[in-house]
Parts: sequence; C-alpha cells; structure tokens
Amino acid sequence: MLKLEARPEQSRLMSIGSPLLALLITVVVGAILFALLGKDPARGLTMFFVEPLKSVYALTELAVKATPLMLIALGLAVCFRSNVWNIGAEGQYVLGAIFASGVAMSADKSTSGWIVVAVLAAAVIGGMLWAAIVALLRDRFNANEILVSLMLVYVADQLLSYLVYGPWKDPAGYNFPQTITFLKSTQMPKLFSGFRVNGGVIVALLAVAVFWVLLFRTYAGFQLQVGGLAPAAARYAGFSSRKALWTALLLSGGMAGLAGGLEIAGPLGQLTPYVPAGYGFAAIIVAYVGRLHPVGIVFSSILMSMFYIGGELAQSRLGLPKSLTGVFQGLLLFALLACDTLIYYRIRWQAARPVPLKSAAISSEHKVA
Amino acid sequence: MDSIALLLAATLNAGTVLAFAALGLLINERSGIVNLGAEGMMLVAAIAGFAVGVSTGNDWLAFAAGAAAGALLAAAFGVLVIYLNTNQYATGLALSLFGSGFSAFIGIQYTQQKLPERPHFAIPGLADIPLVGPALFRQHPMVYIAIALTVALAWFLYRSRAGLVLRAVGESPESAHALGYPVRRIRLIAVMVGGALCGVSGAYISVVYTPLWVEGMVAGKGWIALALTTFATWRPARVLLGAYLFGGVTMLQFFLQSEGVQVPSQFLTMLPYLATIVVLVLISRNKAFIRINMPAAIGKPFFPGS
Amino acid sequence: MSAPLSKRSVIKLAGWGSLAAAAALVGCGKKEEAPAAASAPASAAPVAASAPAKAEPLKVAFAYVGPPGDGGWTFAHDNARKALEKELGDKIVTSFVEKVPEGADAERVFRDMVGQGNKLIFGTTFGYMEPMLKVAADSKDVKFEHATGYKQGENMRTYDSRTYQGAYMAGVIAGGMTKTNTIGVVGSIPIPEVIRNINSFTLGAQSVNPKVKTKVVWVNEWFNPPKETEAAQSLINGGADVLMQNTDSPAVLQTAEKAGKYAFGWDSDMTAYGPKAHLGSAVINWAPYYIKATKEALDGNWKGGTGSWWGVKEGAIDFVSISDKVPADLKAKVETVKAGLKDGTFEIWKGPIMGADGKEVLAKDAVADDKFLGGVNFYVKGVEGKVPGGDKK
Repeated sequence: MLKLEARPEQSRLMSIGSPLLALLITVVVGAILFALLGKDPARGLTMFFVEPLKSVYALTELAVKATPLMLIALGLAVCFRSNVWNIGAEGQYVLGAIFASGVAMSADKSTSGWIVVAVLAAAVIGGMLWAAIVALLRDRFNANEILVSLMLVYVADQLLSYLVYGPWKDPAGYNFPQTITFLKSTQMPKLFSGFRVNGGVIVALLAVAVFWVLLFRTYAGFQLQVGGLAPAAARYAGFSSRKALWTALLLSGGMAGLAGGLEIAGPLGQLTPYVPAGYGFAAIIVAYVGRLHPVGIVFSSILMSMFYIGGELAQSRLGLPKSLTGVFQGLLLFALLACDTLIYYRIRWQAARPVPLKSAAISSEHKVA
Repeated sequence: MDSIALLLAATLNAGTVLAFAALGLLINERSGIVNLGAEGMMLVAAIAGFAVGVSTGNDWLAFAAGAAAGALLAAAFGVLVIYLNTNQYATGLALSLFGSGFSAFIGIQYTQQKLPERPHFAIPGLADIPLVGPALFRQHPMVYIAIALTVALAWFLYRSRAGLVLRAVGESPESAHALGYPVRRIRLIAVMVGGALCGVSGAYISVVYTPLWVEGMVAGKGWIALALTTFATWRPARVLLGAYLFGGVTMLQFFLQSEGVQVPSQFLTMLPYLATIVVLVLISRNKAFIRINMPAAIGKPFFPGS
Repeated sequence: MSAPLSKRSVIKLAGWGSLAAAAALVGCGKKEEAPAAASAPASAAPVAASAPAKAEPLKVAFAYVGPPGDGGWTFAHDNARKALEKELGDKIVTSFVEKVPEGADAERVFRDMVGQGNKLIFGTTFGYMEPMLKVAADSKDVKFEHATGYKQGENMRTYDSRTYQGAYMAGVIAGGMTKTNTIGVVGSIPIPEVIRNINSFTLGAQSVNPKVKTKVVWVNEWFNPPKETEAAQSLINGGADVLMQNTDSPAVLQTAEKAGKYAFGWDSDMTAYGPKAHLGSAVINWAPYYIKATKEALDGNWKGGTGSWWGVKEGAIDFVSISDKVPADLKAKVETVKAGLKDGTFEIWKGPIMGADGKEVLAKDAVADDKFLGGVNFYVKGVEGKVPGGDKK
C-alpha cells in the first residue's frame, strides 16, 4: 500500500516540479473532458494553450487580462507569506475601481492627461482603505481576517451597485446602471495603437521587480517572511506582528485597488455593475501556483489568463461550454495543492506486514489515527 | 395581516436553505476545519439533485443525490486538507471554483428540463388556523426536518459523548490525539457529514425553492452560510434563527419595495454581511470570550506525531 | 538566497516553455475550420471552386448574454437563429457565443468573431453597445446589428422589438382575470423599455377593468431565478393574483403555479413551466428581422446607421397559447387588439393618459411617437410606487 513518508527536508525538485505536474494533470483531465464532450482533445487544448499566444493581438489581450491578476497576486503573496489571509481582495479591487471612477468623473474637456496619476492614486487609497478595515478589526478586536475580508466583498459589491444605480448613474444613459464613459484624458496611454494593452502592463512588471526587492532584499521583507514561517521566532526577535499585519493588508489592499483603478483607466472605461470579475479570487490561485514568488506570479498569471481567454475561444470556436474555464482553474489549484505534498512527503510502497497475534493488542493501543 | 403570514412562510422557506448548509458547516468547523468550498458543493448538489429529480420524479431520491454529491466532494476536500495537510482556505476556494464550473458543465443538458408537478404540503387541521396556519404549517417537510435537525445537533454536541469528542477535536486536536482519539478520521467524518448537509441544501434549492436548473443558481448562499455559522457563534439554535433572519432579509427587501418604501435595496442586501462583521467583532473582542465561543483549532493544520 | 532563486526561475521558464512548445506542435498541424457550432448541412463548409454560381456562404455570428437554455430572452434569439438557418440553408453559416458578459470582455469576443471571418454580427443585449461600436470602427467591412441599443455607426445599426405590445395584451387578460384587482410585475432593470412594459401592462388591464392596480418589485438583474422567485412571492404576499415579469426566466410563472395564482410567459412560450398558472405568453419572434437583415447583407442592400423597431405588424411580437381558462370574450378582445396592431388601426399609447402623479402625460387623442416611447421614465396612474432613480418626464 502507498504510504506517505515525511522528507527530512523540502524537496527542491518538487518545488519546481509540483506546478508543472499539476498543470500536466489538469491538461490530461481536460483532454478527457473534451473527448467526453465529443470534441477533439487536441483542438480543445490548443484553444487553451496555443491560440492565446498565436498573434500579436492575442498576446496583448493576454497582457490585458494578466495585468490585474498579477498586481493582486503580488500583494496577496506578501499577505500569505506573512500568514495573513486576505480573501477579500475582490472587495478591495472594487473599492479601487470606485475611487478611481470618482476622480475620473471629475475630469472635463480641459483636464490634462496627468489626471491618470490621480485616478490611480485614488484607486490605491480606496483599496487600502477597505483593507484597513480588516486590519483594524483584527488588530483591535482579534476578528478573523478571512471572514471579515470576505464579508466586505459583498458589502463592496452592494456599494458599487448602489452607486451605479443611483447617484453616479449617467443621466444620458437611458436609466441603465452605468456611469458616463470616462473621458480619454483619464485613460492610461495605450502602448501600441489598435491594441487594448496600455501602460498598466509596465506598471505590473515594475511591481514585480519592486516586490521581489521588497521580499528578498529588504529587512522589512525578511521580517514579514519570518513572521509567517515561524511566528514564535519572530516574536523572540522582536518583529512586530502588528506591523506585519498592517503592512501586509495595506499592501495587498493597495495592489488590489490599483488593479481596479487600471481597469477603470483602461479596458473598462466606466463603472458598471460588471466590474467585479472574480479577479480577486482568481488571484489567490495565481499567487499559489506562482509559489508566492514575484517571478512565479508572472508565469502563473499568464497561465490563468490563458485559461480565461482559452475558455472564451473554446466556446466560440468549438462550441465547448464556458464553464470549462472554472473547471480548469479549480482543477489546477486542486492538483497543485495535492502535488505540493510531494514537496514535504515521499511516496513509499510498503507491503502490508502481517502482525503477529501476540503483539496485536499492544500495537493497537499505540495506533495513530 | 395575511401578507405578514405569507412573509413569515416565505422566510421559513428561504431560511431552511441556509440552515441546512450552515449546520453542515457548523459540524465542519466544530472539528476545526473551515470549508470555503460550500458554494461549490451546493452547486454540484443542486444539479445532482435536479438531475435525479427529473429522471426519477422522486424528491427524496433527489435530496439523497444531493447529499451524496456533497459528501463526495467534501471527502476529496477532506483527504487533501486532513491527510495531506494542504492549506484549508486555498483548497476550499479551489473546491468552490471547481464546483461552480463543474456544475455548470453537467447542467448544460438540464437547463430546459422541468420537474414533475410540485406537490402542495399542509398539515391537516393546523394549516387552517388563521395567521399562524398559512405561516407555519404549509411548508415542505424539509423545513420541519431542518428544525428537528437543529435540535438533534444541539443535543449531539452538548449532551453526547461523540459530540464532546468532536468539540475536543476542534478545540485542541493535540490533546484529543494524546487521549487516543483518531483525530483525522473524526475530522474526515465531520467534513463529509458537513458536505452532505450542504448537499441537501443545494438540492433543496433546485428541487423545492426554485424548481429549475440554472447555472450558478445558488447565487452566493454558500458564502452566506459560511458567514452565518460565524454569526451564530457555532451554536445550532442560533444558526437556525440566524438562517431565518438572513433568509428574511431578501424577502423583507421585496416586501418593503412592494409596499412603496424607497430604501435603496442594496443597503438592505448589505445588512446580513455587516451584521456578521459586527458579531465577529463582538465575539472576538475578548480573548476569553473567543475561547468560549470559537473552536480554538479552527483552520489550523494538525500533524499527528509532531 | 538569490542564486538558487534565479536558477529556479530559469528552470521554470524552460519547463513552461517546453510545455507550450509541445502544445504548439500538437496544434500546429491543424488549420482553423468553420466553427463547430454551425448546424448548417455539410455542403456549407467546402469552397466554391467546384459549384458554378454558388458563392462562399456568409458567416453570421451571434453574441448571447445568457445561455440558449434560459427559456426566455436568449432562447428566443437562438430559436430565431435556427429559423434563419432553415430559411437560408447553405447560403449562410451561423455560430454563436453564449454568456458573453456585458462590458470589456465582450470586445474581445466581437474581435474574435471578426477575426474568424464573420461578416454579419448580432449582439443581443444593451450592454454590448460600447464594445460593438469600438470593434465596428475597426472593422469597416463587417456589419454589426445591436439589439435594444441607441448608438449607431456607418456599419452598425440597432434593432428592437415592441415588447410593450405583448405586455398590453397580457394586461388585457390580467385585468379580466384578477379577482383582487391587484396585478403584479417583477421588474428587471428600471430602464425605459421595462417601465414602458409595466405601463402598457397596466393600460391593457385598465381597458377591461378600470379599478385595477399594479404593484412592482425590482430584482435589478435580467436573470436570477431564485431572486425572481422571491420577488414573485412577495408580490403574491402583497395581494397580487396575476403576475407578469420582464426577467428572462420562467421562475415567476413557476412561483405563481406553486401558489395557485396566474402568470404569463415572457419572451418565449412558457406554458410547460406552469400549466395551471399560465394564461398566455408574450413572445418575441426575432426570425423575421434576422431573415430580413441577413438577406440584405447577402444582396448587398444592408445599410448602417438606422434603427428598427418592429412589433406585431412585422411579425416580431405575438401573444400565444392563451389558456382555456380565459373566457371567450376576453380572448376575443385580445384578438381584436392584435388585429388592430397588425393593421395599424389600434394605438396603445393614445391619450388621454395620466401619470401616477396625477398630471396628464398624453392629451386626448394624441398618439405617442417613438421618441416619446423611448424615453418613458414615469409610471402611469394605477401603478404603485415610484420609479427607482426618480421620475423624469
């Protein structure tokens, strides 16, 4: 029978191999699903893994989709490494979008393009504010940050709904729940004409570099990591867990807010009830699959975007159901989590040994659950 | 007056959905495991229940199917989280995402289907009492089962040995382990039972509440159930009351609308979530208070032999 | 700590790069064929080289906001698409993408449709307006048809159906069948189209029963069966015994069935969902318009920049499957209205019509024009409550 045996130390090989193995499992299961649906598995897989990379347009769309995922995941990586479980990034993203819209709506024909800076800054503040609530409640009242941040996602969604159905509704919009389309000056400059990708990608890549430095080259990053890995040691060393809590939450809230702001100053261009796109939750997977490492996150966010876009393409070109994207995403994370155990455990094949009758009574008392 | 009675009846109906799921999650969390995959489990159970309902015409088989689906998914979750010690929150989220995609996937061929005509329920005699009758005694049997379940669960947790062991596992798995209890097996059973109840809730939604299948029809009730368990500080009776409360808010919202009251509906919808945060703050404020109310080992992985 | 980390990243890059390469090799050989969703006969796919006068089939694509299985809005569009295929056979090849979210993602879907060689694209919900405009501006050789919108372009035009006519006919029956003189509507999103439908429903009911009152509850979504159920229940709780909805699923009808009340089907024939409660269905038939538009595209007569608003006269709106429970004289009245709408002799929005605030909105014998109808943002007398977002005249 198969037995799990703890490794003396984490397997370096499996740290890298685990995401790849998980991906492989997902691909195999995917192929089976395609076959079950009567579609050619190879074509199905190309929709997900090849088509999104095929043309320049496709690559730019990948970048557009990956940008918010990357930004949010970077913040979450810091959070999770510090053992702070911010599940509410989605809500912080929405608040970022709301604050950004608020600034964007104040623009008129004479506003200069520099308002983009204000829009983004407002977004960051919005996300930070929302996360600060979580931090405050945890700091002062010990309230579990998972549940508080999760509840705040719903509150954020309702707040958004209230604004677009009410005070912020475009008066010329036939009573449809949406704000005005924001003026061009509030939008991030596009990188190449004809494509949707804009400066947000640069921001995201810069953020990757910044976070890498923060986590692995600064004392503050070191403190954060130790706080997560070995809280007792951190306390002994005098690292403030309170500072870690606030830093982690404000940072991840700010990043999520920034992502929301970039969507407003980019592909969305207005505030609608459809702003919450689930990026805050998908980013959790992105963070995990990217091993909570900035560079890994770049790859995992691209992978996740491929799943999104691939799902759309599989639907429009092959008639496959859209729900496949969710299946793949969930499967990937499941497989990853399962494969991760291989980092800590070895699989051993052990023949069941016959237990001599005499010592049966004694050994059963020592049996571990 | 009649409309109040009907409002009450609708609240009981809506609350039952949440009650089953939240009670299941309560069992989970009492053993120390947080299963964020409630939404996914409920969705898969909803389509499983609907599919069985359509092909057999039997509601009870449908509920059984839902329970089985929930238990199965929960088992997968449990193995990962309990035996392989994967991160509970990430695993639960994966389950949620997977469940919503998977349920939509198998549900595709069921979107146009209908269940056989829905029976009407009424307790003879009691159902005719003015006001109270229509409000309380015209419900689907599951509503009463939910109430019975609450009582049974309360008895189980606080009056039975098994319940004590369960609570011990959730408070301090190390101590329970030292005493020789099979902590991991107990947790797995708890997770599976919890999953089965979430499954019953899911099946109730697609078979009784809105007898249709539509993608995503659980519409966040799994997440509300998670909040509810915390809001009710992990006590069965409070869970049931909270379920009715939360269930009633949506009905209240529409009631106010149709009476012409002009509160923006979004603020009403926010209420259950804000209320949960308030409760969380209140119970967590005092370290001693938490210890009384929250299973101490919740969310923490357990390593036997460490 | 740095050296192993960068090595890790390189290995990771190599790992994923090789995986992508493997996938590319797999997919490389296969060329893109016609979308598999098309059910056109096999002859549609091959090239025109052999057959003499047969041109390359026109590729027509549809973007749906919901699933074709919703039994309502999208179901109606998809039925029309199938009718289009039947009518034009191998001259066209159709495909669709379902559940395209309203918003930024839609743009990608439309661009992909263009990239796939579709020359006529239908977007079936309001929320596609901006994305379609953007893609239309970049793809001048593709024709765009947008449902229920108001912005047009050189190669984009709008189309809509006079759903309020169906609502009026439902109202006539509701007014005659209600015993409590209270009828209810589950509203989706408070846009003029929906408010107009509520008003028309009320006007129809009042034409046979001046005492009737209408209660409205808003779910703020097009499609959310559990919420629609709760909304319907609350209307019933409030005394309404005949219900109508502007949402996309049969949930309201089912709730009425369960509670022993009456209701209507909307967008599509929903008799099967509530046989005892169903009084009739106000259906939209998009097929006549789709066939006309596609024929124009085939013949080269398609012109953008216009808006079409079709109703009973053009065969786009109908009221079907009237239940046997409806007494013969009421049925006859509906048929009279229908005939009048068909030949243009009957106008629903003809004054005098009073607003809910008591002020007259349409003078005696005045007939509302399309502009007036398009901006309806007020309740007529008999509808309870206030329009969410405030009355605007």
